[in-house]
Amino acid sequence: MQINEHKPLIVAFCCNWCSYAGADLAGNNRLNYPADVKIIRVPCSCRVNPMFVLRAFQRGADGVIICGCHPGDCHYTSGNYYTRRRMAALFSMLDFLGIEKERTRVEWVSAAEGAKFAATMNDFVEKVTALGENKRLEDLRCKK
Amino acid sequence: MQKITQNQLIDKAVSLLADGTVSAVLGWSKGEFGYDVTPKMFKTEKELRQDFVWNDFCGANFSKYLVSKTDRFDGKILVFLKPCDTYSFNQLLTEHRFDREKVYAVGIPCDGMVDVSKLKAVTGEGISEIKETSENILVSTIYEDKAIAVSFKDVLLERCINCKSKKHVAYDELMGDEGEIIDSARFDEVAKIEAMTPDERFAFWQNELSRCIRCNACRDACPACTCEKCVFDNPASGVENKAPANSFEEKMFHIIRAYHVAGRCTDCGECSRVCPQNIPLHLLNRKFIKDINEFYGEYQAGAEVGSRAPLVDYTTEDLEPGEVFDRRDIDA
Amino acid sequence: MRKCSLDKIYSVFEEIAKTAKLYVPLDEKDGNAVYKQWEDGLEWSDALNTVRSPKDFFFPQMENLMEFKTEGKNIEVIDTRCETEDFVIFGVRACDVKSFEILDRVFLNEPVDSYYASRREKGVIVSTACSKPAETCFCKTFGISPEEPRGDVSTWKTESEIFFKANTEKGEALLRKIEAFTEECDETSVDEQKEKISRVMDRLPLKELSTDSFGGGKTDEFFNHPAWDELSEACLGCGTCTFVCPTCQCYDIKDFNTGKGIIRFRCWDSCMYSDFTKMAHGNNRLTQKERFRQRFMHKLVYYPENNDGLFSCVGCGRCLAKCPVSMNIVKVMKKIGGEQSE
Repeated sequence: MQINEHKPLIVAFCCNWCSYAGADLAGNNRLNYPADVKIIRVPCSCRVNPMFVLRAFQRGADGVIICGCHPGDCHYTSGNYYTRRRMAALFSMLDFLGIEKERTRVEWVSAAEGAKFAATMNDFVEKVTALGENKRLEDLRCKK
Repeated sequence: MQKITQNQLIDKAVSLLADGTVSAVLGWSKGEFGYDVTPKMFKTEKELRQDFVWNDFCGANFSKYLVSKTDRFDGKILVFLKPCDTYSFNQLLTEHRFDREKVYAVGIPCDGMVDVSKLKAVTGEGISEIKETSENILVSTIYEDKAIAVSFKDVLLERCINCKSKKHVAYDELMGDEGEIIDSARFDEVAKIEAMTPDERFAFWQNELSRCIRCNACRDACPACTCEKCVFDNPASGVENKAPANSFEEKMFHIIRAYHVAGRCTDCGECSRVCPQNIPLHLLNRKFIKDINEFYGEYQAGAEVGSRAPLVDYTTEDLEPGEVFDRRDIDA
Repeated sequence: MRKCSLDKIYSVFEEIAKTAKLYVPLDEKDGNAVYKQWEDGLEWSDALNTVRSPKDFFFPQMENLMEFKTEGKNIEVIDTRCETEDFVIFGVRACDVKSFEILDRVFLNEPVDSYYASRREKGVIVSTACSKPAETCFCKTFGISPEEPRGDVSTWKTESEIFFKANTEKGEALLRKIEAFTEECDETSVDEQKEKISRVMDRLPLKELSTDSFGGGKTDEFFNHPAWDELSEACLGCGTCTFVCPTCQCYDIKDFNTGKGIIRFRCWDSCMYSDFTKMAHGNNRLTQKERFRQRFMHKLVYYPENNDGLFSCVGCGRCLAKCPVSMNIVKVMKKIGGEQSE
């Protein structure tokens, strides 16, 4: 039987200090989340430039999630507060352009929250799978 | 028609040149058809008397020119600023983009500027002469024996219809009366698009942005876009591209362009004024302004020098990015 | 010469569209006219001209030249060019028709640009005489007659009729195709129409503009002209003038890494851009003044020098209408050409 279901590609930007360690913990605890999530480690969630998000979509991502330390816990004191404002503005703009809002997300995951990391990824992948392939921010040249 | 006359401005410029306050004047110089004015640095009285114009077509925002002009010019420059230009002026000062000491700013009142394409839609092509009366613009064309009277209000630039302020927020000297901040309807169009379904919004922007020819005029005219080297001009950036290769690149360019000035954009409307394809680019900028006002409290870039732009600021109580959508859904 | 009544024009379009793609200027909602593929129900625009010139049909803003795929140590070069279909561009103005001659000299001289050549071969140009030139028009300056446009077929539009005249074999073939809708006629009405256009041309504000001061061999005279500083000071460095220009022909060739291979494409470039003709050592025009000068020297001096005195401007007036700061070739010619140009 041929399976037509589209397997989404998810790019997760994870901050080095909390969320990446959270992902590590999820692994250590053998918690399952789809292998379609590709993690990119960044020093801090505020390292993520809006262009990173757009280029992830260009290069074939169907969803982009940014994970950082909980507000107040940033290794650099305030990086994630900036992330919060920047991504709020960016996501709202993407929504304004008619791009499905479920394709982008920011989540705060601490180094101790391996379970939250796995649950978040499972939920995000499920939502993006339901949306199907990213058509509105795709670059056809990269899909060939 | 403008309240202040061309001759008043010329006399002011001449006297400031004569008493040595300034050594050059940044003003508009006359063109071939009455509406095609070009920014110019005037250095002598003769030049001013001959070429200086002030009319309903002086839309260009001079604030950005100050960045390069003060850099390359030793003396002090006189600049005439319309109310909306003064916001850009302050914003550039906030960002330390030019030397305030080298500028003598004269605030001038503005009653709005005319959109030439709207004017031509009424009069047709072939404009040979333009005269201004208090309510009307009298346009002579080579096709009509009599001048065509066009109501000034009907042909205003979009940004002037939704003018946000007639108040000057920066000047050394003010000519005419000080105006007021206006309760404009400038976010109505944004709200209208927000109220559409995502599919409709997507179709709307797809149609608008697909016309982009990537001439970069929106960026180059923008007083907030003053990077020495734009990421889109830098071959090493990986995103430099001279043509709108496909719909993704069109969107990326316009999202990033608007995003980069978010919180710093004073809503001067130059981007839409200069777009050769009539793309309503100001709507992207206004969306950011509207969001910032709603999420983080009212903020007007350039209203005062030294204020902190919302996207380089934070509070511990800010809303979460995910709540951006919830808020609207609740409102709706 | 053949004619048909104007209300039959859409039947003519329909007939042409049966065997070739037909592009016609159409009105956009924003008031601009654009060339688009004609379909039943769409209306031929009355606008004087389109914002973007029809050079796109032969020299598109962007086109893929080839692709590369690597596998191990092998590299495969793929020719991605697709066979161009026959197409007809209808309603091209005299100035734009002339622009094709200027582009031809660049792309069809040895070495021939095969991408351009194949499109040129497949395209049929149907010109239409201007009826209402704008104040920004100055085609006469470059010896172009808007009353007698060239192209494969010339047409004249009056209040109620449209007249066709074939100038080339391709044009004759096209007229044969629509023979059933047209009838043979004499040239009286067309002559009247030409007369009318000539009278309008004499009233245009730029009618006196002359190229006498310019041409090949004038590099030394103009290169260090003091007026370049003043002329270029307002220039924002955007590419509007170059991208709406029917004769600007500079392009850049770039590679795009798709992650799975490389696409080599070319796209219009603008001499107004800071990275124009950037080389390994850097850029040879560092200031906006130098870049600005390049554009006008190319059009008025360098190009004629290499092309038997033909100027690389057709006076369509697009840059006059669209420059954000209203600085344009007319102002440049008047300023540096001195009294001879005014």
